[in-house]
Amino acid sequence: MADTAFEPVRTLVVWCPDWPLTALGVGPEEPAVVIDGGLVRASSVSARACGVARGQRRRDAQARCPNLVVLESDEAREARRFEPVVAALGDITPWVETRRPGVCAFGVRGPRRLFDGEDHLVECTVTTVVEALADVPGAGRPTCRVGVADGSFAAGLAARAADRAGMGSLVVPAGTTRTFLAVQPVVVLDCPELTDVLTRLGLVTLGAFAALPVGDVVGRFGAEGLAAHRLASGAGDHLSERRPVSGDLAVAVDLDPPADRVERVAFVARSLAQSFHDGLLRRGLSCTRMVVEAETAHGERLERRWRDEGPMGPLAVADRVRWQLEGWLHGPPSVRPTAGLTRLVLVPDEVVPATGHQAGFWGGASEADGRAERSLTRVVGLLGPGAVRVPVWRGGRDPADQLVLVPFPSDPGREVAPPDDAPPWPGSLPAPAPAAVHADPAPAEVFDADGRMVRVDGRGRLSAPPAGLRLGDRAADPVLAVATWSGPWPVEERWWDPGRRRRRVRLQVVTTDDTARLVVLEDGCWRVGATYD
Amino acid sequence: MAFASILPAETPAGPSTDRAAGLAEVARRVSPTVLAVDRTLPVAPALAGLLPGGLRRGTTVGISGVGARSLALALLSAATVTGSWAAVVGDRDLGLASAAEAGVDLQRLAVVDPPPPGVWGEVVAALVAALDLVLVAPGYRVSGIVVRRLTARCRERGSVLIRVGDDPWPDRCDLRLTVLTGTWSGLDDGHGRLRSRRVEVVADGRGAAAGSSRSELFLPGPNGAASDAG
Repeated sequence: MADTAFEPVRTLVVWCPDWPLTALGVGPEEPAVVIDGGLVRASSVSARACGVARGQRRRDAQARCPNLVVLESDEAREARRFEPVVAALGDITPWVETRRPGVCAFGVRGPRRLFDGEDHLVECTVTTVVEALADVPGAGRPTCRVGVADGSFAAGLAARAADRAGMGSLVVPAGTTRTFLAVQPVVVLDCPELTDVLTRLGLVTLGAFAALPVGDVVGRFGAEGLAAHRLASGAGDHLSERRPVSGDLAVAVDLDPPADRVERVAFVARSLAQSFHDGLLRRGLSCTRMVVEAETAHGERLERRWRDEGPMGPLAVADRVRWQLEGWLHGPPSVRPTAGLTRLVLVPDEVVPATGHQAGFWGGASEADGRAERSLTRVVGLLGPGAVRVPVWRGGRDPADQLVLVPFPSDPGREVAPPDDAPPWPGSLPAPAPAAVHADPAPAEVFDADGRMVRVDGRGRLSAPPAGLRLGDRAADPVLAVATWSGPWPVEERWWDPGRRRRRVRLQVVTTDDTARLVVLEDGCWRVGATYD
Repeated sequence: MAFASILPAETPAGPSTDRAAGLAEVARRVSPTVLAVDRTLPVAPALAGLLPGGLRRGTTVGISGVGARSLALALLSAATVTGSWAAVVGDRDLGLASAAEAGVDLQRLAVVDPPPPGVWGEVVAALVAALDLVLVAPGYRVSGIVVRRLTARCRERGSVLIRVGDDPWPDRCDLRLTVLTGTWSGLDDGHGRLRSRRVEVVADGRGAAAGSSRSELFLPGPNGAASDAG
């Protein structure tokens, strides 16, 4: 059951295979690996032919391939060498997002029109990238693979499929992405715990996984399973709640004197990344795409987009800022700015609610919060989105307006009480509030002692004291005698806006059965708005 | 004696009552911190007369009468403030402002739409397994098998299932709270406003909560929270 509310964006992914090796100037025919923390992070084609794979220990890899060249991972160099590629792609579209050094993507809808169709666009992209890569010293003839599909996950897979097939590019025709995904192995989801279980269950392709009912997947695997299921079914990897940024959440720092070496800005950039992340978290948000902007002493403006599959933590933000600074300041002369950087700005470009853990009083959410969240997620799986809701404070004059329900999961930082500096709502009813606020108020009739309908004149006066209350608007409905009452309290809202103006009069009525109700007259019709249950 | 040396010097010398007291102290020290029967959720001070010691975990509670919703919210208040989560299943009319005034921490309250009868049991079971307090108002007759399964689940997980309203319920609840009478004050034929309601609540239970108690409360009190009127 795919979410039909939004369509995956048709995306082009540029992937440079084995970038950690290419950036170090190692060609595919040399048996070499890049290791990070004692484990193999990337391996060349000829090393893989000997049985070396990602995640192996250094000694295991050397045992399989005795003449293996072992290189230390150098992320700064990877970032530096990739910058010319991103800069060159800037001629095709300004909306290039870098995932990590070696992989970048952009939406094809705009550039496709400019380039007379997707095939030509892909051709131009390949030419541009290969030209930019030709500058990378010592790497022989580095290659790139291009994939186009609906959604960036599928486009990334298409680029890999092109590599396996020995082609330069693979365009999955529009509308057939689901078929393309269905035959891919589940391993491509890149969450080992989940794919391990799925393989043991005999679900070896994404198609088989996508065929499972979404409710069962959520019930068994939780939110992570749901995300994987969405990817597998081609429903788009853009999280549904991903949204543009409102308000000013950008952070900036001025650099004086202008920085021309990364070492000069590294420390500032790290604290900037931390304050960027903290500012978002205070609003209950996490960033999935950000723009790193810089100004130079000569007034040049540089900007690059960075995107991560999930929300970026403070470390991920800091890494990307560092990589970008490497690219700008230490990259090839063709892309280097002519002067030092004077200002560095981080702008969140796309945010999601921080579903991770809101830092609590002692840091981290409690165990009970985590359990409750999982259980409520499961109920959402059973009943459908929007069936579980949580309160949030809105403010208003009626009990029904002050607090409203929003779908779970929502902002963990949501307000549930008026802020201390909130202005008052003149005309709202004082405590106690009614325990039952009717979702759809039932019609009623209020009578005076002579059995006539009670009316309210233009000055807010009652035509006669109420004596009876009929629950319902038919003659057969029961009539309750009014024991005591108070009011009327008129409210006129938005009288300046003819489309949204509301005028109503409220009465508190206690009937002889000791039940207190709030009855409201609006548009000439009485209704029971709430019961003091 | 060989082991006399490991005993404190004064123990053999003291009178026998001291020894008994010492033994009791040892027993206190080695006993579990919280006995199963003592595992309770805190309740608001106004309800302490009805529920001395708090709300026992793993039980079911039935609330009926004129002010059932207010009483249920008062029951949630102290527990949600101390970190328990609460869910309300199938009550479209719950007054959130009233819940806030009663002292419920709305950060830990979730409202679940009325589930279709086919999955009602499954939904409530999922909630009972993880949340401390689950309020239900099914609006139709729930089958005895489902209720017994839920009761067992509550006992196992230490959560409390609270049924609100006068709908038929196939099982006897461990604790029944009934609001007998309610008298509003504050209104005077066109003047004043509702201020508080004086109610009489009867609690009767079975098992460890056997016996009945009676309490007079302001429900709600002048500030919206329950207070003692006794």
